Amino acid sequence: MEFLCEPRQSLLEALRDVLELTGSKEGCLTGDCGACTVIVDGRATCSCLMLGVEAQGKNIRTVEGLAKGPTLDVLQQKFLEHASLQCGICTPGFLMSSRALLDRNPNPTEAEIRYALAGNLCRCTGYDKIVRAVIDAAKSQSDAAKAGRGTGTGAGASATEMTDEFLKEQEGK
Amino acid sequence: MAASTNGYRVIGTRPIRHDGVDKVTGRAKYGADYAFPGMLHGKVLRSPHAHAIIKSIKVDKALALPGVKAVVTSADLPELADKMEQAGEQALNLAQLSQNILARNKVLYDGHAIAAVAATSPHIAEEALRLIEVEYELLPPVMTVEDAMKPGAPILLPKLRNKDEGPDKPTNVATHIQFKRGDVNDGFKSADYTIEREFKTAMVHQGYIEPHNAVGIYNSDGHATIYCSTQGTFVVRALSAAVLGMPEGHIKVVPAEIGGGFGGKTTIYLEPLSVLLSKKTGAPVKLVMSRAEVLRGSGPTSGSTIRCKMGCTKAGKLVAAQIWMAYEAGGFPGSPVGAGAMTIVAPYDIPNILIDAYDVVVNRPKTAAYRAPGATNAAMASESVVDELAEKCGIDPCDFRIMNGAKEGTPQTAGPPYRRIGYIETVQAIKNSPHYKSKLEGPNRGRGVATGFWFNVGLQSSSIVNLHTDGTASVVIGSVDIGGTRAAQAMIVAEVLGLDINDVRPLVADTDSIGHTDVTGGSRTAFATGWATYDAAQDVVRQLKERAARLWEKKPEEVTFSNGVLSAQGEGVKPMTVKEIASRLARTGGPVTGRATVNARGVGPGFAAALIDVEVDPDTGKVQILRATVAQDVGKAIHPSYVEGQMQGGTAQGIGWALNEEYFYDDKGNLRNFGLLDYRMPTCLDLPLIETAIVEVPTPGHPLGVRGVGEVSIVPPPAAIANAIYRATGVRMTECPMSPPKVLKAMLKKRGGAENQAAAAGR
Repeated sequence: MEFLCEPRQSLLEALRDVLELTGSKEGCLTGDCGACTVIVDGRATCSCLMLGVEAQGKNIRTVEGLAKGPTLDVLQQKFLEHASLQCGICTPGFLMSSRALLDRNPNPTEAEIRYALAGNLCRCTGYDKIVRAVIDAAKSQSDAAKAGRGTGTGAGASATEMTDEFLKEQEGK
Repeated sequence: MAASTNGYRVIGTRPIRHDGVDKVTGRAKYGADYAFPGMLHGKVLRSPHAHAIIKSIKVDKALALPGVKAVVTSADLPELADKMEQAGEQALNLAQLSQNILARNKVLYDGHAIAAVAATSPHIAEEALRLIEVEYELLPPVMTVEDAMKPGAPILLPKLRNKDEGPDKPTNVATHIQFKRGDVNDGFKSADYTIEREFKTAMVHQGYIEPHNAVGIYNSDGHATIYCSTQGTFVVRALSAAVLGMPEGHIKVVPAEIGGGFGGKTTIYLEPLSVLLSKKTGAPVKLVMSRAEVLRGSGPTSGSTIRCKMGCTKAGKLVAAQIWMAYEAGGFPGSPVGAGAMTIVAPYDIPNILIDAYDVVVNRPKTAAYRAPGATNAAMASESVVDELAEKCGIDPCDFRIMNGAKEGTPQTAGPPYRRIGYIETVQAIKNSPHYKSKLEGPNRGRGVATGFWFNVGLQSSSIVNLHTDGTASVVIGSVDIGGTRAAQAMIVAEVLGLDINDVRPLVADTDSIGHTDVTGGSRTAFATGWATYDAAQDVVRQLKERAARLWEKKPEEVTFSNGVLSAQGEGVKPMTVKEIASRLARTGGPVTGRATVNARGVGPGFAAALIDVEVDPDTGKVQILRATVAQDVGKAIHPSYVEGQMQGGTAQGIGWALNEEYFYDDKGNLRNFGLLDYRMPTCLDLPLIETAIVEVPTPGHPLGVRGVGEVSIVPPPAAIANAIYRATGVRMTECPMSPPKVLKAMLKKRGGAENQAAAAGR
């Protein structure tokens, strides 16, 4: 993808204002809240701390690119199932930090998850349901990998299928 | 079916929220995500001084900067008379509201808005701010309630008076409220143990991750539209109209998704400025606060000083409570000290009480609501003292609370008796938790318990349920969804109409599309809007019975409706599901829309209890939370996952308030920690998983028994942590935040001379 931005625009501004990809959120502009987290060449990065021009030649993944077409990423799916979002403003950042974590460490411990997500602030949930969702997503992703259904992204079902499956599961409880 | 509290089909299940996919894919539109062709960007100039007179403002240089389209100051707003306006949970003085949006003559805190600029880019607008010249005459800042209440203290608001001091005496004390029952002197005489301590809590911020925002579009016909992230679209409309001098009906407020509020987004800051700048420029204007502006210039909650004296008999019966409390209001009156006073001993049945509460203006931001406003400060005091009394009596802290706990018929602080409440059940839930039954071992570790009360509110809501021809339904409400409330509304409709949860779509509508609905606040959405939605769905049922009666040639009262099926006795009656009759509406009289409004009375107050294990580092004073359990009476949990979420989130905020968070001002009255690195909220690494115990004691009168769930869980943690620190270290902490330096200082003081000297030598 090609875009033009002003030299003083951050990557976050370039994403939001130039490319109209508003999924990455601004919470602080100082790299403290993580709401703007994107994955730059495999690494979770605060897009507010990087200039737009620095993105040249880099592989940038935002929340808009997390689902594969209509198929949600397993993390998106688990965040929904575990009610890991309340207001949802921090969610894109948490999803991207979690994706970067699972890409480099598919079976993290709870402590490793908490460490990897410590740069993302959530004020609504107390993190409980976020951590549980990431634990579950890791398990689900690794189960899928063992079953030969591919790994990571794309292991999930479509949003509708997923809702149906989840509801069936709930009914069963 | 729905009159009972069990046996539900949808209520109590955990479906995926309807707005969920939009929120995990980045498609959900929050206020700052809106953009319009030709849109300009606004920025706000803020005072660098805590207390000063504005001698002059010159804007020529700013206007001359290429790209700058308009500059506004308070001279562009009508000067309003002192008039109180009801805004959701609280009343506001309109003149002061206007002066808080743009300072008039005087700045009252570091960060007080003075002027706003609209330009072709946010960067140009920011540059223009530096070109606005303001001449100030500095006045001494007044930063604490103690200083503000001293005789001869510098006066913030020259016109402010209170009843105690009379009409001739300028003062910083806006209000003195007193609550009295029995005779405290007699009460303390009958006490075997009396504890009196002074507590201080620091000013803290709600800390929502999304900064305030607004896009204003003013049309030449005198009508304006505001897109913003707010907890109350109708409050934004009413207050913006008042501040701008526009008719209320000329403003439409469109609710964007909201990235957290916790009470902080129940008032207005940028909204009228976006309209004013749009009116001046003819273009849509967007304003978004920076994080520093949020911390300096929005509405945190009060710091406080509370002196709490309580007495009990040897047997553990509380007999008297005397409390003096003063809360920082900020630059204008309106701290939640009244609520603090009414909550401080609310969990207990105490025959003799005397509470004096003072609302005090100081050179800090005008406070706004924050989750159970005023109650957390108060509980830090009373729940620490109660813990100490329980220890004196040698009674388990849970048992002590159960013995003295308020129940149906106990008089509330303001007088009227409680109806059915679940305080004792909530404490019992903690007592029965696996956490309470577990053993806490190891050095420097302690366990603390505390409880809290919050009123919850009812107020006004509107709801519309549309039945579509395919048998699906939509529910249209005016309550902004801040934590999953859309799903709850849809669940209520699905429950009543016997529909699948995925066949009901919830929609949060703008102010032109739904009847008046008060703020999403006061834990009222599931309670009051849920009540309206329940009634609106019942309105659909009533109409469907009429339609079926017409088809079957019966009277409507002969038609029954159960589990989504319409039926009647007699020949020729083939029972119909809602789906089946929905396809036949055109032939039975046309579309069916149910509607209802409520001004909900009989709100059920909520209680919460927290059980927290800590470990205190003896060398640094750092407190680590090892385990936390929260119990809360929610009446009836509609969507238990989101109810747990409220309980966990409130607990986490309470932990932040207890351990880290504080507004830190220098001696000039400038805020020094206006970023999220230094205003330190809990991260994932600071917290354990938070265990929950949902208690369901239904609110009498509510069709589903719902109580509010959004607030009260923030109240107990500071006192629970203070009580845990005491058991870990033997030190009673009386100040929030209980940050490492304060805990260490208290521990060193306790350890005494030798170690003090060693510490001093080491420094």
